Amino acid sequence: MKTYDIVIIGGGPAGLSAAVSAKKSGTDSILILERDKELGGILNQCIHNGFGLHTFKEELTGPEYAGRFIEQVQELQIEYKLHTMVMDISSDKVVTAMNSTDGLFEIRAGAVILAMGCRERSRGALNIPGYRPAGIFSAGTAQRLVNMEGYLPGRKVVILGSGDIGLIMARRMTLEGAQVQVVAELMPYSGGLKRNIVQCLDDYGIPLKLSHTVVEIRGKERVEGITLAQVDEKGRPVAGTEEEYECDTLLLSVGLIPENELSGGMGVELSRVTSGPVVNESLETNIEGVFACGNVLHVHDLVDFVSEEAAAAGRNAARYVQEAGSRKAQGTDKEAAGRTVEICAVDGVRYTVPSRINTERMEDIQTVRFRVGGVYKNCFVSVYLDEERILHRKRPVMAPGEMEEVKLKREELLRHPDLKAITVKVEEV
Amino acid sequence: MYDVIIIGAGVSGCASARELSRYRAKVCVLEKAEDVCCGTSKANSAIAHAGYDAPAGSLMAKLNVQGNRMMERLSQELDFAFRRIGSLVICRDREEMPNLQALYDRGVANGVEGLRIVEQEELRRMEPHISEDAVAALYAPTAGIVCPFGMNIAFAENAAVNGVTFRFDTEVQDIRRTERGWLIETNQGPFEAKCVVNAAGVYADVIHNMVSEQKIRITPRRGDYCLLDKSAGSHVSRVIFALPGKYGKGVLVTPTVHGNLLIGPTAIDTEDKEGVNTTRAGLDQVLEKAGENVKDLPMRSVITSFAGLRAHEEHHEFRIGEVEDAAGFVDCAGIESPGLTASPAIGVMVSEIVRKILQLEENPAFVGTRKGIVNPQEMPMEERRQLIRENPAYGNIICRCEMVTEGEILDAIRRPLGARSLDGVKRRTRAGMGRCQAGFCSPRVMEILARECGKDISEITKAGGASKIVVGVNKDSL
Repeated sequence: MKTYDIVIIGGGPAGLSAAVSAKKSGTDSILILERDKELGGILNQCIHNGFGLHTFKEELTGPEYAGRFIEQVQELQIEYKLHTMVMDISSDKVVTAMNSTDGLFEIRAGAVILAMGCRERSRGALNIPGYRPAGIFSAGTAQRLVNMEGYLPGRKVVILGSGDIGLIMARRMTLEGAQVQVVAELMPYSGGLKRNIVQCLDDYGIPLKLSHTVVEIRGKERVEGITLAQVDEKGRPVAGTEEEYECDTLLLSVGLIPENELSGGMGVELSRVTSGPVVNESLETNIEGVFACGNVLHVHDLVDFVSEEAAAAGRNAARYVQEAGSRKAQGTDKEAAGRTVEICAVDGVRYTVPSRINTERMEDIQTVRFRVGGVYKNCFVSVYLDEERILHRKRPVMAPGEMEEVKLKREELLRHPDLKAITVKVEEV
Repeated sequence: MYDVIIIGAGVSGCASARELSRYRAKVCVLEKAEDVCCGTSKANSAIAHAGYDAPAGSLMAKLNVQGNRMMERLSQELDFAFRRIGSLVICRDREEMPNLQALYDRGVANGVEGLRIVEQEELRRMEPHISEDAVAALYAPTAGIVCPFGMNIAFAENAAVNGVTFRFDTEVQDIRRTERGWLIETNQGPFEAKCVVNAAGVYADVIHNMVSEQKIRITPRRGDYCLLDKSAGSHVSRVIFALPGKYGKGVLVTPTVHGNLLIGPTAIDTEDKEGVNTTRAGLDQVLEKAGENVKDLPMRSVITSFAGLRAHEEHHEFRIGEVEDAAGFVDCAGIESPGLTASPAIGVMVSEIVRKILQLEENPAFVGTRKGIVNPQEMPMEERRQLIRENPAYGNIICRCEMVTEGEILDAIRRPLGARSLDGVKRRTRAGMGRCQAGFCSPRVMEILARECGKDISEITKAGGASKIVVGVNKDSL
C-alpha cells in the first residue's frame, strides 16, 4: 500500500490551497485526489468575475483564480490524480479510491484533509409538487451546461431561490439570450450577496419576489409553466396569491449541502446546523489527523475565505504530521496540552467554525467564522470570555447570506486561565 | 403479420411477452412511450405482497400468492433485485384487533404461509421505530421488496433475446377485426396479428372498448410517494403497513432494494390518465400519515417525490382472459396492486390462454436466463479490480451519489432494448437516482448517450418525446 503524509480529498479551491500551504509548511509527501478531469473544482464553471479581491487584490474569473493556485501546485511539484473518485476512507486513514488507469487502490495517509465541497439542494428536497418534466435544473447544473458545454437549457426562465448561483445564472441566462422572468425567494430576505442582487438582477431589470415560492409545476414532457404564491411567516403558501408564469425552465438555487458522505462513513462527527464536520481551532475533526476546510466544512460565499481557511487546514495538517513523526521518534503519545474551550453560538449566531479552541494550540490570531439566522440592522457582534465582553463591534447590517467573522487573540485567551466558555452573539442596541 | 401483438410494455405486458417467447410464435410488443416500464410499473410501492389483502377465491388473491412464490427463482434466473424481508400490518387500537384477525384468516384462506400475529413486545424487538401506540401486528414473512424497473426490464430483455420484437413510440389508435385476426392502427402505421393481448395499464379500457361491446372502465387512482435518502434506509427493516380501519387506509413505510426508504402512497381518483403530478395536499398526507405507524422519520432526508397511477377497475379484480365478444383478443386489465407481485403469474396465465387459442408449440431455442448489468459495488475488491483491468470504463464514476460507473451506463445503452434517455439510463443503472437527483451526473450521462447513439447533445431527452434537456446553444437567438 502506498503511503503519503497528507492525502487531500478534492482538488477544488479548498484542496488546492490546503496543498500549497501544507507543502510550504514543510511537508513533502502530499497527494490530491480529484474526481473531475482537471483541478479547480466548481471554479472552472464560474466564468464571471469578482473572485480574488481579498487574496490577490484584483478581480479574477473563477478559472483564473483557480489557475493561480494550480500554478503553485505545479511549481511546488505536488502530486495529484485526476478522474479519481474516493470510494471510502477508514477511521485509521486508509483511503480507497478508483480510476480507470489504476483501478481500485488503497493509500495510507498520515493525515487527511477533507475538501470535497458541497452539492446543491434538489427539487426533491423541497418537495415541490407537480409533474416531473425536463426543464428543471439546479442552477449549478445549468451553469455547467451553459458555461462549459455551450448549451442553452431554456429560453423562458423562472428562478426559485436567490442564492448566489441563482443570481449569477439570472444574469448569465439573460446574456445568452434567455428571458429571465422572475427570481422568487421563500425567505423575506435574499440568500445571496448584496452585490450580486445589484449586478445580476437590478442591472437587468429582473424582479426579485421575496416571501414567494413555487407551488406548482406544469408540463408533462417539458416545463410549460409554474405557479408562484406568496408565503406566510411559517413559509406556507397563502391561498389567493397565486400567479402563473409561462416558462420552459425552472432553475433552483435553494441551498447548498456540504458533501459529507465520506466523512460520515469514516466516523467524523457532523454538525446538525452546518451539515459539516465539527472542528477545533486546527480545523481538525473528532478523528485525530483528519482536517476539513472549504464548503465541505461550511458553505462559504467568497472563495477568498475558502482559500484562507484551507491554508490554515494545510498548515495544521503539516504540523500534525511533523509532530506525529517526532512523537514516534521519542516513543510518546500525543499529549493533551492546554485546555479546550467550547465556543457557544447564541442570540442570532447560528454556529461558529471552529466550535472549540485549544488555547495552547491556537494560532496567535484565530479567525472564527459564523452566520446569523436573520437580518439584523444596526446591531453589535459581541464576544464574551465567560462574563467579560472582549469585543463589541457595530454592524450596520447582517444577513444570513453573508458570512461573518471575529478574530480572537491568543494572548487575550491566555489571560483567562480558568476560561470555561467563549460566547459569540448578536446584541441589539 | 404477427401471431401475437401485446399492447403495453409495462410489467404485465413484458412478463407475458417473456412467457410467450417459450413458444414458437412471432410476437411483437407495441409501446407508446420510448422505453419499457414507463407507466404504472415504474411508480409504485415496489413490494412483493404476501397475499392476505385480496378477497379469498379471487383471481387477484390466487395470482398474488403464486407470483410471490415465483419471485426468488425468477429473480435469480433473470437477475433482478428482490429481497424477502417480510411485512408487518400495524394495529394501533385494541378495538381493531378483530380486523387484524380477519386479515390473518383471509391470508390463511389465500394460502399465505407463515402468517402470525405478533404482540407489542416482540414487535418492538423486530422494529424499534414502530410507533408507541402499536398494540400488535400481522407478520407476513413471505412479503418482500423488488426493483420494479429491474424486473420489468429483465422480462423485456429476456423476451427480446428470445425473439420478441419491441416497437417503441408506437401508440395504438384503433383496432379492427379482419378475416385473419386483428388490424391495429398506430401512429407508426398498421400492424396485424392473429391474437392481441391488451396490457395497456390505465388505457386498458380504451383499448378494450375498441373491440368489445361490453365496455369496461379503468379509473386512474393516483398514489403520491416520497423517497428518502439512503441515510434513512435502515429506519425500518420490513415493509410496514397500516391496518385499514377508522384512521383511514394509512400509508406504508418500507426500505427499498437499493437501501432507500419509501413512504406512500395516497389514493386519489383522477380522470387524467397521464396525471402523474404530485400535489401539495397529497405529499402532506404522505408525510403526516407515515408518522402514524413509524416514529422519528427523518423527513429532512426526502430526496424526491413522485406519483403513479393504479389501473383501478371498478370491481377491483384482475380481468385476464379472452374477451367474450372478441375472439383472439385477450384482456390483461385492471392490473392494480398487487399487480407487480402477481406479474410473473400473470405472464404465465396470459401465455397459457394465448397458447391454447393459437395452438402454439414449444420453442426449443428458448433461453430462460438473463444477466443484468453488473453491479461493481457488490463485487469483492479483487474481482472489481479485474473488471476495471478488462474494461477501464468500470473505473470511471459518473454518478457520484449512487457510485455508478461509465461501464454500467455503456452496458445499459448497448444491451438489447438499451436506454436512449436519461430516465432510461436511470432506471437501468440508478445514475441520477441519488441524493443530488442527477444535478451532477446529467451533463455527463447526456455526453455518453450522445456519443453512443450518434446524436448531438441537444437531441438527448429526459424521457423521449418533447422532453429535450437543452433547447439550443448560447446566444442562438441574439
